[in-house]
Amino acid sequence: MELVPLLLKILYAAIMLVVVLTIAGYSVLIERKVSAYQHGRIGPNRTTTPFIRPIPVIGPLLTRLGIIQLPADGLKFLFKEDFTPPYVNRPFFWAAPLIAFVPSLAVIAVIPFGQYTSPLTGEMIPLVLAPMDLGVIFVLAIGSLSVYGVVLAGWGSNSKYSFLGGIRSSAQMISYELSLGLSIFPVFLWMNAPGSDAGLSLSSVVEAQNTMWFLITCPLSAFLFLVGIFAETNRLPFDMAESETDLVGGFHTEYSSFKFGLFFVGEYGAMAVGSALFVLLFLGGWNFLPFLANPWPAGWIGSVLSVLWFLVKVVGMITFFVLIRWTLPRYRFDQVMKLGWTVLLPLAIANLIVNAAAVAIHDLW
Amino acid sequence: MAETKVLERKPLSLAERSNLPQIVSGLKTTVSHMFRKKVTLQYPEVRPTLPEGYRGVPTLVHDPHGREKCVSCQLCEFVCPPKAIRITPGEIDPEAETAHVEKAPKEFEIDMLRCIYCGLCEEVCPEEAIFLQDVYSMTGYSREEMVNNKEKLYELGGTLPDHHYKWDKKRAAEDAAKARGYAHS
Repeated sequence: MELVPLLLKILYAAIMLVVVLTIAGYSVLIERKVSAYQHGRIGPNRTTTPFIRPIPVIGPLLTRLGIIQLPADGLKFLFKEDFTPPYVNRPFFWAAPLIAFVPSLAVIAVIPFGQYTSPLTGEMIPLVLAPMDLGVIFVLAIGSLSVYGVVLAGWGSNSKYSFLGGIRSSAQMISYELSLGLSIFPVFLWMNAPGSDAGLSLSSVVEAQNTMWFLITCPLSAFLFLVGIFAETNRLPFDMAESETDLVGGFHTEYSSFKFGLFFVGEYGAMAVGSALFVLLFLGGWNFLPFLANPWPAGWIGSVLSVLWFLVKVVGMITFFVLIRWTLPRYRFDQVMKLGWTVLLPLAIANLIVNAAAVAIHDLW
Repeated sequence: MAETKVLERKPLSLAERSNLPQIVSGLKTTVSHMFRKKVTLQYPEVRPTLPEGYRGVPTLVHDPHGREKCVSCQLCEFVCPPKAIRITPGEIDPEAETAHVEKAPKEFEIDMLRCIYCGLCEEVCPEEAIFLQDVYSMTGYSREEMVNNKEKLYELGGTLPDHHYKWDKKRAAEDAAKARGYAHS
Protein backbone atom coordinates (compact mmCIF):
# COMPACT_ATOMS: atom_id res chain seq x y z
CA MET A 1 0.00 0.00 0.00
CA GLU A 2 1.23 3.45 -0.78
CA LEU A 3 2.12 5.77 2.03
CA VAL A 4 -0.24 8.70 1.34
CA PRO A 5 -3.53 6.73 1.16
CA LEU A 6 -2.44 4.82 4.24
CA LEU A 7 -1.82 8.03 6.17
CA LEU A 8 -5.13 9.40 4.95
CA LYS A 9 -6.90 6.28 6.21
CA ILE A 10 -5.25 6.66 9.60
CA LEU A 11 -6.25 10.32 9.68
CA TYR A 12 -9.86 9.48 8.80
CA ALA A 13 -9.88 6.76 11.45
CA ALA A 14 -8.55 9.20 14.06
CA ILE A 15 -11.19 11.79 13.15
CA MET A 16 -13.92 9.16 13.25
CA LEU A 17 -12.70 7.92 16.63
CA VAL A 18 -12.72 11.42 18.08
CA VAL A 19 -16.21 12.10 16.71
CA VAL A 20 -17.65 8.84 17.99
CA LEU A 21 -16.06 9.27 21.42
CA THR A 22 -17.47 12.79 21.56
CA ILE A 23 -20.92 11.50 20.68
CA ALA A 24 -20.57 8.75 23.27
CA GLY A 25 -19.50 11.35 25.81
CA TYR A 26 -22.31 13.69 25.00
CA SER A 27 -24.81 10.88 25.23
CA VAL A 28 -23.91 10.98 28.92
CA LEU A 29 -25.01 14.59 28.84
CA ILE A 30 -28.23 13.58 27.05
CA GLU A 31 -28.77 10.97 29.72
CA ARG A 32 -28.23 13.46 32.51
CA LYS A 33 -30.42 16.13 30.94
CA VAL A 34 -33.30 13.79 30.12
CA SER A 35 -33.08 12.21 33.56
CA ALA A 36 -33.24 15.68 35.08
CA TYR A 37 -36.28 16.56 32.98
CA GLN A 38 -38.00 13.41 34.18
CA HIS A 39 -37.49 14.60 37.74
CA GLY A 40 -38.63 18.12 36.98
CA ARG A 41 -35.06 19.33 37.37
CA ILE A 42 -32.91 21.36 34.98
CA GLY A 43 -29.79 19.21 34.93
CA PRO A 44 -26.18 20.33 34.64
CA ASN A 45 -26.24 24.04 33.85
CA ARG A 46 -23.39 25.62 35.81
CA THR A 47 -20.08 24.20 34.68
CA THR A 48 -18.21 26.63 32.50
CA THR A 49 -14.76 27.86 31.66
CA PRO A 50 -13.37 31.40 31.73
CA PHE A 51 -13.18 31.63 27.94
CA ILE A 52 -16.71 30.41 27.26
CA ARG A 53 -18.67 32.34 29.85
CA PRO A 54 -17.93 35.85 28.50
CA ILE A 55 -19.07 35.15 24.91
CA PRO A 56 -22.21 37.29 24.63
CA VAL A 57 -25.35 35.20 23.93
CA ILE A 58 -23.76 31.85 23.16
CA GLY A 59 -21.65 31.61 26.33
CA PRO A 60 -24.49 31.56 28.85
CA LEU A 61 -26.53 29.36 26.50
CA LEU A 62 -23.75 26.76 26.25
CA THR A 63 -23.30 26.91 30.00
CA ARG A 64 -27.02 26.32 30.52
CA LEU A 65 -26.90 23.35 28.17
CA GLY A 66 -24.07 21.88 30.23
CA ILE A 67 -21.68 21.58 27.29
CA ILE A 68 -18.62 21.85 29.55
CA GLN A 69 -19.93 19.25 31.98
CA LEU A 70 -18.51 16.41 29.87
CA PRO A 71 -14.84 17.48 29.87
CA ALA A 72 -15.17 18.41 33.54
CA ASP A 73 -16.51 14.96 34.41
CA GLY A 74 -13.90 13.25 32.24
CA LEU A 75 -11.02 15.12 33.83
CA LYS A 76 -12.41 14.37 37.24
CA PHE A 77 -12.33 10.66 36.38
CA LEU A 78 -8.73 10.76 35.24
CA PHE A 79 -7.53 12.51 38.38
CA LYS A 80 -9.12 10.02 40.72
CA GLU A 81 -7.06 7.37 42.42
CA ASP A 82 -6.72 4.26 40.31
CA PHE A 83 -7.09 1.62 42.96
CA THR A 84 -6.53 -2.06 42.25
CA PRO A 85 -7.87 -4.21 45.08
CA PRO A 86 -5.27 -6.72 46.33
CA TYR A 87 -7.49 -9.76 45.80
CA VAL A 88 -8.16 -9.33 42.08
CA ASN A 89 -6.84 -11.52 39.32
CA ARG A 90 -4.59 -8.92 37.77
CA PRO A 91 -4.29 -9.98 34.10
CA PHE A 92 -8.06 -10.37 33.74
CA PHE A 93 -8.73 -7.28 35.81
CA TRP A 94 -6.53 -5.18 33.54
CA ALA A 95 -7.65 -6.71 30.28
CA ALA A 96 -11.39 -6.47 30.94
CA PRO A 97 -11.89 -2.72 30.43
CA LEU A 98 -9.99 -2.86 27.15
CA ILE A 99 -11.94 -5.85 25.92
CA ALA A 100 -15.18 -4.11 26.81
CA PHE A 101 -14.06 -0.88 25.20
CA VAL A 102 -12.45 -1.97 21.94
CA PRO A 103 -15.27 -3.96 20.26
CA SER A 104 -17.80 -1.17 20.61
CA LEU A 105 -15.35 1.15 18.85
CA ALA A 106 -14.09 -1.37 16.30
CA VAL A 107 -17.62 -1.63 14.96
CA ILE A 108 -17.60 2.01 13.85
CA ALA A 109 -15.18 1.11 11.05
CA VAL A 110 -17.99 -0.38 8.98
CA ILE A 111 -20.77 2.00 9.94
CA PRO A 112 -21.61 4.36 7.07
CA PHE A 113 -22.72 7.81 8.14
CA GLY A 114 -23.54 9.75 5.01
CA GLN A 115 -23.39 9.85 1.25
CA TYR A 116 -21.50 11.74 -1.39
CA THR A 117 -23.19 12.20 -4.71
CA SER A 118 -20.72 13.08 -7.41
CA PRO A 119 -22.01 16.19 -9.22
CA LEU A 120 -20.46 14.99 -12.50
CA THR A 121 -21.55 11.38 -12.80
CA GLY A 122 -24.44 11.34 -10.33
CA GLU A 123 -22.89 8.30 -8.74
CA MET A 124 -23.59 7.88 -5.01
CA ILE A 125 -20.73 6.90 -2.71
CA PRO A 126 -21.50 6.08 0.93
CA LEU A 127 -19.17 7.68 3.45
CA VAL A 128 -17.68 4.89 5.51
CA LEU A 129 -14.28 4.12 6.96
CA ALA A 130 -14.05 0.56 5.67
CA PRO A 131 -16.53 -0.28 2.89
CA MET A 132 -16.92 -3.93 3.77
CA ASP A 133 -19.25 -6.27 1.90
CA LEU A 134 -19.90 -8.25 5.06
CA GLY A 135 -20.70 -5.18 7.16
CA VAL A 136 -23.56 -6.67 9.11
CA ILE A 137 -21.77 -9.93 9.86
CA PHE A 138 -18.76 -7.93 11.05
CA VAL A 139 -20.92 -5.85 13.35
CA LEU A 140 -22.59 -8.90 14.86
CA ALA A 141 -19.32 -10.78 15.25
CA ILE A 142 -17.31 -7.96 16.82
CA GLY A 143 -20.23 -6.64 18.83
CA SER A 144 -20.71 -10.00 20.51
CA LEU A 145 -17.09 -9.90 21.69
CA SER A 146 -17.90 -7.16 24.16
CA VAL A 147 -19.54 -9.76 26.41
CA TYR A 148 -16.05 -11.02 27.21
CA GLY A 149 -15.16 -7.70 28.80
CA VAL A 150 -18.07 -8.07 31.18
CA VAL A 151 -17.35 -11.73 31.87
CA LEU A 152 -13.65 -11.11 32.53
CA ALA A 153 -14.39 -8.12 34.72
CA GLY A 154 -16.83 -10.16 36.76
CA TRP A 155 -14.46 -13.08 37.04
CA GLY A 156 -11.22 -11.16 37.55
CA SER A 157 -12.61 -8.81 40.21
CA ASN A 158 -12.91 -11.77 42.57
CA SER A 159 -15.86 -10.20 44.37
CA LYS A 160 -19.36 -11.57 44.75
CA TYR A 161 -21.10 -8.51 43.32
CA SER A 162 -18.91 -8.39 40.24
CA PHE A 163 -19.24 -12.13 39.85
CA LEU A 164 -23.03 -12.08 39.99
CA GLY A 165 -23.17 -9.10 37.64
CA GLY A 166 -20.81 -10.80 35.19
CA ILE A 167 -22.75 -14.07 35.26
CA ARG A 168 -26.09 -12.40 34.81
CA SER A 169 -25.02 -10.20 32.00
CA SER A 170 -23.13 -12.91 30.13
CA ALA A 171 -26.21 -15.13 30.25
CA GLN A 172 -28.36 -12.24 29.13
CA MET A 173 -26.11 -11.05 26.32
CA ILE A 174 -25.65 -14.53 24.91
CA SER A 175 -29.40 -15.22 25.04
CA TYR A 176 -30.39 -12.00 23.32
CA GLU A 177 -27.66 -12.30 20.72
CA LEU A 178 -29.75 -15.05 19.09
CA SER A 179 -32.91 -13.05 18.58
CA LEU A 180 -30.83 -9.99 17.69
CA GLY A 181 -29.05 -11.84 14.89
CA LEU A 182 -32.19 -13.56 13.65
CA SER A 183 -34.17 -10.33 13.64
CA ILE A 184 -31.90 -8.76 11.01
CA PHE A 185 -32.13 -11.64 8.53
CA PRO A 186 -35.58 -10.74 7.10
CA VAL A 187 -34.23 -7.32 6.17
CA PHE A 188 -31.43 -8.89 4.17
CA LEU A 189 -33.79 -11.49 2.73
CA TRP A 190 -35.90 -8.72 1.24
CA MET A 191 -32.84 -6.82 0.02
CA ASN A 192 -31.38 -9.89 -1.63
CA ALA A 193 -34.67 -11.27 -2.92
CA PRO A 194 -34.34 -12.93 -6.33
CA GLY A 195 -33.79 -10.24 -8.88
CA SER A 196 -31.94 -7.88 -6.60
CA ASP A 197 -28.45 -8.35 -5.32
CA ALA A 198 -27.59 -5.85 -2.64
CA GLY A 199 -25.12 -7.81 -0.55
CA LEU A 200 -24.68 -7.58 3.19
CA SER A 201 -23.05 -4.19 3.63
CA LEU A 202 -24.71 -1.59 5.79
CA SER A 203 -24.59 1.09 3.13
CA SER A 204 -26.63 -1.11 0.79
CA VAL A 205 -29.28 -1.38 3.51
CA VAL A 206 -29.56 2.38 3.47
CA GLU A 207 -29.76 2.44 -0.32
CA ALA A 208 -32.54 -0.15 -0.18
CA GLN A 209 -34.49 2.18 2.11
CA ASN A 210 -34.37 5.05 -0.31
CA THR A 211 -38.12 5.54 -0.32
CA MET A 212 -39.38 3.03 2.20
CA TRP A 213 -38.00 2.35 5.65
CA PHE A 214 -37.67 -1.18 6.94
CA LEU A 215 -39.34 -0.02 10.12
CA ILE A 216 -42.58 0.03 8.11
CA THR A 217 -42.06 -3.08 6.01
CA CYS A 218 -40.55 -5.26 8.75
CA PRO A 219 -41.93 -3.83 12.01
CA LEU A 220 -41.52 -7.05 13.97
CA SER A 221 -37.86 -7.26 12.96
CA ALA A 222 -37.39 -3.68 14.06
CA PHE A 223 -39.00 -4.38 17.42
CA LEU A 224 -36.96 -7.53 18.03
CA PHE A 225 -33.77 -5.76 17.02
CA LEU A 226 -34.56 -2.86 19.32
CA VAL A 227 -35.15 -5.16 22.29
CA GLY A 228 -31.97 -7.05 21.43
CA ILE A 229 -29.95 -3.83 21.27
CA PHE A 230 -31.31 -2.75 24.64
CA ALA A 231 -30.21 -6.09 26.08
CA GLU A 232 -26.82 -6.06 24.34
CA THR A 233 -25.97 -2.58 25.56
CA ASN A 234 -27.10 -3.46 29.09
CA ARG A 235 -29.55 -0.62 29.18
CA LEU A 236 -32.66 -0.64 31.32
CA PRO A 237 -34.98 -2.59 31.41
CA PHE A 238 -32.24 -5.19 30.87
CA ASP A 239 -29.76 -3.62 33.24
CA MET A 240 -28.64 -7.00 34.57
CA ALA A 241 -24.92 -6.28 34.44
CA GLU A 242 -25.04 -3.27 36.74
CA SER A 243 -28.33 -3.50 38.65
CA GLU A 244 -26.94 -1.03 41.14
CA THR A 245 -29.90 -1.55 43.46
CA ASP A 246 -28.96 -5.13 44.26
CA LEU A 247 -25.36 -5.55 43.05
CA VAL A 248 -23.70 -2.26 44.09
CA GLY A 249 -22.26 -1.71 40.62
CA GLY A 250 -22.34 -5.15 39.07
CA PHE A 251 -19.36 -6.17 37.00
CA HIS A 252 -17.48 -2.89 37.48
CA THR A 253 -17.89 -2.68 41.26
CA GLU A 254 -14.15 -2.98 41.88
CA TYR A 255 -13.02 -0.60 39.17
CA SER A 256 -11.99 2.99 39.68
CA SER A 257 -10.65 5.97 37.79
CA PHE A 258 -9.44 5.35 34.27
CA LYS A 259 -10.41 1.68 34.07
CA PHE A 260 -13.92 2.49 35.17
CA GLY A 261 -13.91 5.35 32.69
CA LEU A 262 -13.15 2.87 29.90
CA PHE A 263 -16.15 0.74 30.90
CA PHE A 264 -18.26 3.85 31.10
CA VAL A 265 -17.26 5.18 27.69
CA GLY A 266 -17.52 1.68 26.22
CA GLU A 267 -21.06 1.39 27.52
CA TYR A 268 -22.15 4.69 26.08
CA GLY A 269 -20.19 4.02 22.91
CA ALA A 270 -22.12 0.77 22.55
CA MET A 271 -25.32 2.70 23.04
CA ALA A 272 -24.35 5.22 20.35
CA VAL A 273 -23.31 2.44 17.97
CA GLY A 274 -26.50 0.51 18.71
CA SER A 275 -28.56 3.61 17.95
CA ALA A 276 -26.63 4.12 14.73
CA LEU A 277 -27.25 0.49 13.73
CA PHE A 278 -30.96 0.78 14.38
CA VAL A 279 -31.08 3.98 12.36
CA LEU A 280 -29.17 2.36 9.50
CA LEU A 281 -31.19 -0.84 9.44
CA PHE A 282 -34.70 0.38 10.12
CA LEU A 283 -34.92 4.17 10.10
CA GLY A 284 -33.48 4.69 6.65
CA GLY A 285 -30.01 5.87 7.65
CA TRP A 286 -29.45 9.29 6.12
CA ASN A 287 -32.47 9.03 3.82
CA PHE A 288 -34.76 11.96 4.42
CA LEU A 289 -38.22 10.57 5.17
CA PRO A 290 -40.17 7.55 3.96
CA PHE A 291 -42.11 8.12 0.71
CA LEU A 292 -39.98 11.17 -0.05
CA ALA A 293 -36.95 11.40 -2.29
CA ASN A 294 -33.74 12.64 -0.69
CA PRO A 295 -33.44 16.41 -0.95
CA TRP A 296 -29.65 16.29 -0.55
CA PRO A 297 -28.02 18.15 -3.45
CA ALA A 298 -25.01 16.69 -5.20
CA GLY A 299 -21.56 17.64 -3.94
CA TRP A 300 -20.22 18.31 -0.49
CA ILE A 301 -23.17 20.31 0.79
CA GLY A 302 -25.40 17.32 0.20
CA SER A 303 -23.10 14.99 2.05
CA VAL A 304 -22.81 17.34 5.00
CA LEU A 305 -26.62 17.55 5.13
CA SER A 306 -26.95 13.78 4.93
CA VAL A 307 -24.43 13.29 7.74
CA LEU A 308 -26.24 15.85 9.89
CA TRP A 309 -29.60 14.19 9.22
CA PHE A 310 -28.10 10.85 10.18
CA LEU A 311 -26.74 12.35 13.40
CA VAL A 312 -30.13 13.86 14.22
CA LYS A 313 -31.68 10.41 13.96
CA VAL A 314 -28.94 8.85 16.07
CA VAL A 315 -29.33 11.47 18.77
CA GLY A 316 -33.07 10.89 18.67
CA MET A 317 -32.50 7.17 19.20
CA ILE A 318 -30.13 7.85 22.11
CA THR A 319 -32.80 10.04 23.67
CA PHE A 320 -35.26 7.20 23.17
CA PHE A 321 -32.88 4.84 24.98
CA VAL A 322 -32.81 7.21 27.94
CA LEU A 323 -36.58 7.70 27.89
CA ILE A 324 -37.09 3.95 28.03
CA ARG A 325 -34.82 3.90 31.05
CA TRP A 326 -37.22 6.20 32.87
CA THR A 327 -40.29 4.36 31.61
CA LEU A 328 -39.62 0.75 32.55
CA PRO A 329 -38.39 -0.84 35.75
CA ARG A 330 -35.76 -3.52 35.53
CA TYR A 331 -36.90 -7.05 34.74
CA ARG A 332 -36.04 -9.73 37.21
CA PHE A 333 -33.30 -12.09 36.01
CA ASP A 334 -35.64 -15.06 35.48
CA GLN A 335 -38.04 -12.77 33.61
CA VAL A 336 -35.23 -11.66 31.35
CA MET A 337 -34.30 -15.25 30.56
CA LYS A 338 -37.92 -16.26 30.06
CA LEU A 339 -38.58 -13.33 27.77
CA GLY A 340 -35.46 -14.01 25.75
CA TRP A 341 -35.85 -17.72 25.25
CA THR A 342 -39.61 -18.32 25.24
CA VAL A 343 -40.87 -15.16 23.58
CA LEU A 344 -38.28 -13.29 21.58
CA LEU A 345 -36.42 -16.26 20.09
CA PRO A 346 -39.59 -18.06 18.82
CA LEU A 347 -40.89 -14.73 17.55
CA ALA A 348 -37.63 -14.10 15.71
CA ILE A 349 -37.69 -17.56 14.13
CA ALA A 350 -41.35 -17.19 13.15
CA ASN A 351 -40.60 -13.77 11.74
CA LEU A 352 -37.76 -15.19 9.68
CA ILE A 353 -39.90 -18.06 8.33
CA VAL A 354 -42.86 -15.82 7.49
CA ASN A 355 -40.63 -13.30 5.73
CA ALA A 356 -38.81 -16.05 3.85
CA ALA A 357 -42.15 -17.45 2.70
CA ALA A 358 -43.25 -13.96 1.72
CA VAL A 359 -40.10 -13.45 -0.32
CA ALA A 360 -40.67 -16.78 -2.04
CA ILE A 361 -44.32 -15.95 -2.82
CA HIS A 362 -43.30 -12.50 -3.99
CA ASP A 363 -40.85 -14.19 -6.37
CA LEU A 364 -43.51 -16.54 -7.76
CA TRP A 365 -45.77 -13.67 -8.73
CA MET B 1 -69.08 -12.19 61.67
CA ALA B 2 -67.82 -10.21 58.78
CA GLU B 3 -68.61 -11.59 55.43
CA THR B 4 -65.60 -12.43 53.33
CA LYS B 5 -65.90 -11.21 49.80
CA VAL B 6 -63.80 -13.14 47.36
CA LEU B 7 -62.79 -10.99 44.42
CA GLU B 8 -62.31 -12.76 41.19
CA ARG B 9 -58.97 -11.96 39.64
CA LYS B 10 -59.23 -11.94 35.90
CA PRO B 11 -56.36 -13.51 34.02
CA LEU B 12 -54.25 -10.99 32.12
CA SER B 13 -55.17 -10.50 28.50
CA LEU B 14 -52.60 -11.14 25.80
CA ALA B 15 -52.07 -7.41 25.33
CA GLU B 16 -51.44 -6.98 29.03
CA ARG B 17 -49.06 -9.91 29.16
CA SER B 18 -47.06 -8.53 26.23
CA ASN B 19 -46.45 -5.30 28.26
CA LEU B 20 -46.60 -3.30 25.04
CA PRO B 21 -49.67 -1.09 25.71
CA GLN B 22 -48.23 -0.41 29.14
CA ILE B 23 -44.90 0.59 27.63
CA VAL B 24 -46.66 2.95 25.24
CA SER B 25 -48.68 4.61 28.00
CA GLY B 26 -45.54 4.79 30.14
CA LEU B 27 -43.68 6.47 27.30
CA LYS B 28 -46.49 9.00 27.03
CA THR B 29 -45.90 9.90 30.67
CA THR B 30 -42.13 10.16 30.30
CA VAL B 31 -42.38 12.24 27.14
CA SER B 32 -44.86 14.59 28.80
CA HIS B 33 -42.38 15.02 31.64
CA MET B 34 -39.80 16.27 29.13
CA PHE B 35 -41.86 19.39 28.50
CA ARG B 36 -43.27 19.95 31.96
CA LYS B 37 -42.36 23.05 33.91
CA LYS B 38 -39.21 22.46 35.96
CA VAL B 39 -39.42 22.84 39.70
CA THR B 40 -35.73 23.59 40.23
CA LEU B 41 -34.94 26.74 42.19
CA GLN B 42 -31.62 28.26 41.11
CA TYR B 43 -30.64 28.38 44.75
CA PRO B 44 -27.99 30.93 45.56
CA GLU B 45 -29.50 33.43 43.11
CA VAL B 46 -33.15 32.61 43.73
CA ARG B 47 -34.19 32.09 47.33
CA PRO B 48 -37.28 30.17 48.38
CA THR B 49 -40.20 32.18 49.77
CA LEU B 50 -40.39 31.23 53.42
CA PRO B 51 -43.72 30.56 55.05
CA GLU B 52 -45.14 32.77 57.79
CA GLY B 53 -43.74 31.82 61.18
CA TYR B 54 -40.58 30.23 59.75
CA ARG B 55 -38.05 29.50 62.45
CA GLY B 56 -34.62 30.47 61.20
CA VAL B 57 -31.50 31.46 63.07
CA PRO B 58 -32.31 33.15 66.44
CA THR B 59 -31.42 36.85 66.35
CA LEU B 60 -31.59 39.87 68.64
CA VAL B 61 -33.51 42.94 67.54
CA HIS B 62 -33.58 46.67 68.17
CA ASP B 63 -36.82 48.56 68.55
CA PRO B 64 -37.61 51.34 66.03
CA HIS B 65 -35.96 53.91 68.31
CA GLY B 66 -32.73 51.97 68.11
CA ARG B 67 -32.80 50.70 71.70
CA GLU B 68 -31.53 47.19 72.23
CA LYS B 69 -34.51 45.35 73.61
CA CYS B 70 -32.76 42.60 75.51
CA VAL B 71 -32.54 43.32 79.25
CA SER B 72 -30.42 40.22 79.98
CA CYS B 73 -33.03 38.58 82.17
CA GLN B 74 -31.55 35.24 81.09
CA LEU B 75 -34.93 33.54 80.73
CA CYS B 76 -33.96 32.32 77.28
CA GLU B 77 -30.68 31.03 78.63
CA PHE B 78 -32.54 28.98 81.23
CA VAL B 79 -35.26 27.72 78.90
CA CYS B 80 -32.93 26.80 76.05
CA PRO B 81 -33.14 22.96 75.84
CA PRO B 82 -29.69 22.37 74.33
CA LYS B 83 -28.09 25.14 76.41
CA ALA B 84 -26.98 27.02 73.32
CA ILE B 85 -27.39 30.51 74.80
CA ARG B 86 -24.84 32.10 77.12
CA ILE B 87 -25.54 35.62 78.44
CA THR B 88 -23.18 37.83 80.39
CA PRO B 89 -25.45 40.43 82.03
CA GLY B 90 -24.33 44.00 82.18
CA GLU B 91 -25.65 47.36 83.36
CA ILE B 92 -26.67 50.32 81.29
CA ASP B 93 -24.64 53.46 81.79
CA PRO B 94 -26.63 55.59 84.35
CA GLU B 95 -26.03 58.66 82.20
CA ALA B 96 -27.64 57.09 79.17
CA GLU B 97 -31.08 58.08 77.98
CA THR B 98 -32.41 54.58 78.60
CA ALA B 99 -30.87 54.32 82.05
CA HIS B 100 -34.23 53.39 83.57
CA VAL B 101 -34.11 50.05 81.74
CA GLU B 102 -31.15 49.31 84.02
CA LYS B 103 -29.80 46.18 82.37
CA ALA B 104 -28.56 45.08 78.97
CA PRO B 105 -26.42 42.12 77.99
CA LYS B 106 -22.71 42.71 78.05
CA GLU B 107 -22.21 39.67 75.89
CA PHE B 108 -24.79 37.42 74.27
CA GLU B 109 -23.65 34.23 72.57
CA ILE B 110 -25.70 31.63 70.76
CA ASP B 111 -23.81 28.50 69.77
CA MET B 112 -25.37 27.54 66.43
CA LEU B 113 -23.80 24.09 66.65
CA ARG B 114 -26.03 23.47 69.68
CA CYS B 115 -29.14 25.42 68.69
CA ILE B 116 -32.07 23.23 67.67
CA TYR B 117 -34.21 26.07 66.29
CA CYS B 118 -37.04 25.19 68.69
CA GLY B 119 -38.06 28.80 69.20
CA LEU B 120 -38.53 28.50 72.96
CA CYS B 121 -36.26 31.53 73.48
CA GLU B 122 -38.53 33.64 71.31
CA GLU B 123 -41.58 32.30 73.13
CA VAL B 124 -40.24 32.92 76.60
CA CYS B 125 -38.75 36.38 76.02
CA PRO B 126 -40.75 38.98 78.02
CA GLU B 127 -39.15 41.84 76.10
CA GLU B 128 -39.77 40.53 72.58
CA ALA B 129 -36.08 40.89 71.99
CA ILE B 130 -35.13 37.55 70.47
CA PHE B 131 -36.68 36.32 67.25
CA LEU B 132 -36.16 33.35 64.95
CA GLN B 133 -36.24 35.10 61.63
CA ASP B 134 -35.63 34.10 58.01
CA VAL B 135 -31.89 33.37 58.04
CA TYR B 136 -31.50 29.65 57.39
CA SER B 137 -27.99 29.30 56.02
CA MET B 138 -25.37 29.33 58.77
CA THR B 139 -21.92 28.20 57.71
CA GLY B 140 -18.45 28.49 59.09
CA TYR B 141 -15.00 26.96 58.89
CA SER B 142 -14.49 26.48 62.63
CA ARG B 143 -16.48 25.89 65.80
CA GLU B 144 -15.68 29.42 66.91
CA GLU B 145 -17.17 30.84 63.74
CA MET B 146 -20.42 29.03 64.44
CA VAL B 147 -20.94 30.91 67.71
CA ASN B 148 -22.92 34.07 67.10
CA ASN B 149 -21.84 36.88 69.39
CA LYS B 150 -23.89 39.90 70.34
CA GLU B 151 -22.69 42.03 67.46
CA LYS B 152 -23.51 39.30 64.95
CA LEU B 153 -26.90 38.66 66.53
CA TYR B 154 -27.93 42.32 66.24
CA GLU B 155 -26.59 42.46 62.70
CA LEU B 156 -28.71 39.45 61.75
CA GLY B 157 -31.74 40.68 63.66
CA GLY B 158 -32.00 44.30 62.57
CA THR B 159 -34.97 46.33 63.69
CA LEU B 160 -38.48 45.02 64.17
CA PRO B 161 -41.65 47.09 64.79
CA ASP B 162 -42.64 47.43 68.43
CA HIS B 163 -46.31 47.42 69.44
CA HIS B 164 -45.90 48.41 73.08
CA TYR B 165 -42.91 50.69 73.71
CA LYS B 166 -43.09 49.27 77.20
CA TRP B 167 -40.15 51.21 78.61
CA ASP B 168 -41.25 54.53 77.12
CA LYS B 169 -44.67 54.06 78.70
CA LYS B 170 -43.04 53.17 81.98
CA ARG B 171 -40.97 56.34 81.98
CA ALA B 172 -43.97 58.44 80.97
CA ALA B 173 -45.97 56.94 83.86
CA GLU B 174 -43.11 57.58 86.28
CA ASP B 175 -42.76 61.14 85.07
CA ALA B 176 -46.52 61.69 85.42
CA ALA B 177 -46.48 60.20 88.93
CA LYS B 178 -43.52 62.37 89.85
CA ALA B 179 -45.35 65.45 88.61
CA ARG B 180 -48.24 64.59 90.93
CA GLY B 181 -45.89 64.01 93.83
CA TYR B 182 -46.06 60.22 94.02
CA ALA B 183 -42.40 59.64 93.36
CA HIS B 184 -41.47 56.17 94.46
CA SER B 185 -38.11 55.46 93.07
